[in-house]
Amino acid sequence: MSNKLLKVTGIRKSFDIPSGVFGRKKTLKAVNDVSFEIMEGQTFSLVGESGCGKSSTGRLVSRLLTPSDGEIWIDGEEISQKKESQLKKMRQKVQMIFQDPYASLNPRMKVRDIIAEPLLIHTKLSKLEQQRLVSEILKVVGLNESHADRYAHEFSGGQRQRIGIARALIMKPRLIIADEPVSALDVSIQSQILNLLKDLQSEYNITYLFISHDLSVVEHISDYIGVMYLGTIVESGPKDAIFSDPQHPYTKALLSSVPVPDPTFRKERIILKGDLPSPMNPPTGCPFHTRCPVSMEVCKTIEPKVTQVALDNHFVSCHLMSS
Amino acid sequence: MEFTSTVREKKHVVPKKKYSPVREFWVNFRRQKTAFFASMFILLLIIIAFVGPSIAPYDPYQPDYDATLQGPSSEHVLGTDEYGRDIFSRILVGTRITLSVSMSSVLIGAVVGTVLGIMSGYFGGWLDRIIMRSSDVMFAFPDLLLAIAIVAILGPGLNNVIIAVSVFSVPSFARLVRSSTLEAKENTFVEAAKSMGAPHKRIMFKHIFPETVSGLIVFVTMRIGGAIIAASSLSFLGLGASPETPDWGAMLSMGRDYLGTASHVVMMPGIAIFLTVLAFNLIGDGLRDVLDPKTKNE
Repeated sequence: MSNKLLKVTGIRKSFDIPSGVFGRKKTLKAVNDVSFEIMEGQTFSLVGESGCGKSSTGRLVSRLLTPSDGEIWIDGEEISQKKESQLKKMRQKVQMIFQDPYASLNPRMKVRDIIAEPLLIHTKLSKLEQQRLVSEILKVVGLNESHADRYAHEFSGGQRQRIGIARALIMKPRLIIADEPVSALDVSIQSQILNLLKDLQSEYNITYLFISHDLSVVEHISDYIGVMYLGTIVESGPKDAIFSDPQHPYTKALLSSVPVPDPTFRKERIILKGDLPSPMNPPTGCPFHTRCPVSMEVCKTIEPKVTQVALDNHFVSCHLMSS
Repeated sequence: MEFTSTVREKKHVVPKKKYSPVREFWVNFRRQKTAFFASMFILLLIIIAFVGPSIAPYDPYQPDYDATLQGPSSEHVLGTDEYGRDIFSRILVGTRITLSVSMSSVLIGAVVGTVLGIMSGYFGGWLDRIIMRSSDVMFAFPDLLLAIAIVAILGPGLNNVIIAVSVFSVPSFARLVRSSTLEAKENTFVEAAKSMGAPHKRIMFKHIFPETVSGLIVFVTMRIGGAIIAASSLSFLGLGASPETPDWGAMLSMGRDYLGTASHVVMMPGIAIFLTVLAFNLIGDGLRDVLDPKTKNE
């Protein structure tokens, strides 16, 4: 269990934004020096508001994007700069689940073929053998054989996401990158899918990199959490530590926004002032200082260092902690 | 008891039962009256293309010097030409030439253009630039001028007409397919295929190509009309079929000397060309409304 399956160190990704013929080329720093690691069989969640770079981080780890800098180790193999032709092994070990179950399944393919596609690409199994595995996996995700000959548009959102999970599962992957897998679903369906993901994890010892903006979902599924803001992880640590003892002012504000199902309970909400700064023109010093309720002089000029909080594996980047 | 049993039955029933894509297309296409009628006409032409020579009342090549330049009569339904050949028979037999030349040239152009367009849109970069700039060069020439130049190089003949017409079809297909490829490759299922390590060829032809098909079908039908006109024009100019072949364009060319005295010699093949081109364009319009509702013109 203590085997590090994924180790990401200092990855960066910037996109060049063209701005007119004579304008200076601008760069958008989507991911800026992100590091984290995941133990085998555990779930690491990236949370943050939209545009904070959490999806880009997921796409870097799955190598749909190539990082500008940094290292990505998956199961002892460094993959950050490898060419597509050298990624065959990794493409089998790492699978993705996407946010929109309507768009991520090809509308012109039968469910059977959608799920069998990874087998077709990576194995030389016979058609019959493939179909046997497909029927098996359909049962595992809570669908049945009779669904296999239909098209994706004939299913509801939750069922489609099950198809997406079946497709990710059929290669028996070590790591699944789940990019907001439940945010397009109804709340009642969300919990079914989350429980399915958890069951699969304990059964097949799968590691999840879970990307979400929904803190209640994250609380349900994670072992570790990384809170992202403007392309950097501002705080990371075990789930309980983050939820019960948040250190970074941004994490505190984020947690205070979670609604509590109790109408009589009045809690103090921390309302952040101002807008999210443009990642094309990020603030100097601490990226959060423009909206931070407890910002100090030093925050405007010096980038805070990552410091360990008393608890194991609980890290935070804030000047309040380092002083 | 009955209530619970129905609930149990419904448990695995999928919510909405939709038509299969083909069935849905057929139902919608039937509603397009004009296009449906036009496609019946084309179907008739295709049948004639197959059986034309055996149902023609006269030999289309056999001159009859006793009956030259006769107007339509009960003996010769559409009249006779300068050598006394029956125009109706010649049009029936010529259907095969017209349809095969236009369809094959458009299909060749479509296949080559589609492959180039998908590669151009999918890979982008320098490949895209080379393919698109070369098409721009081709676009700079008027279609017919380009075709004349190609036939002039290759020499006259129906096969060279097919080559010429397909060559000038390629860039428009490439451009069309490129633009729908650019749109299709943004789909999440394309990203999903990439993430599972699908090779480029599979992504291009299994995931992207089907997204471009509906636009392609519409454009193919539209282009066939244009190809008929182009092929006929080349024959009219003496660059296509040799004068004795019952090609519609060649018949126009033969008859132009008698425009004042026996106008039916030109009129009849002219009407045949007109109706066929019109029918293909109407089908194209109808197909576009069914398959590609975004570009529907009001």
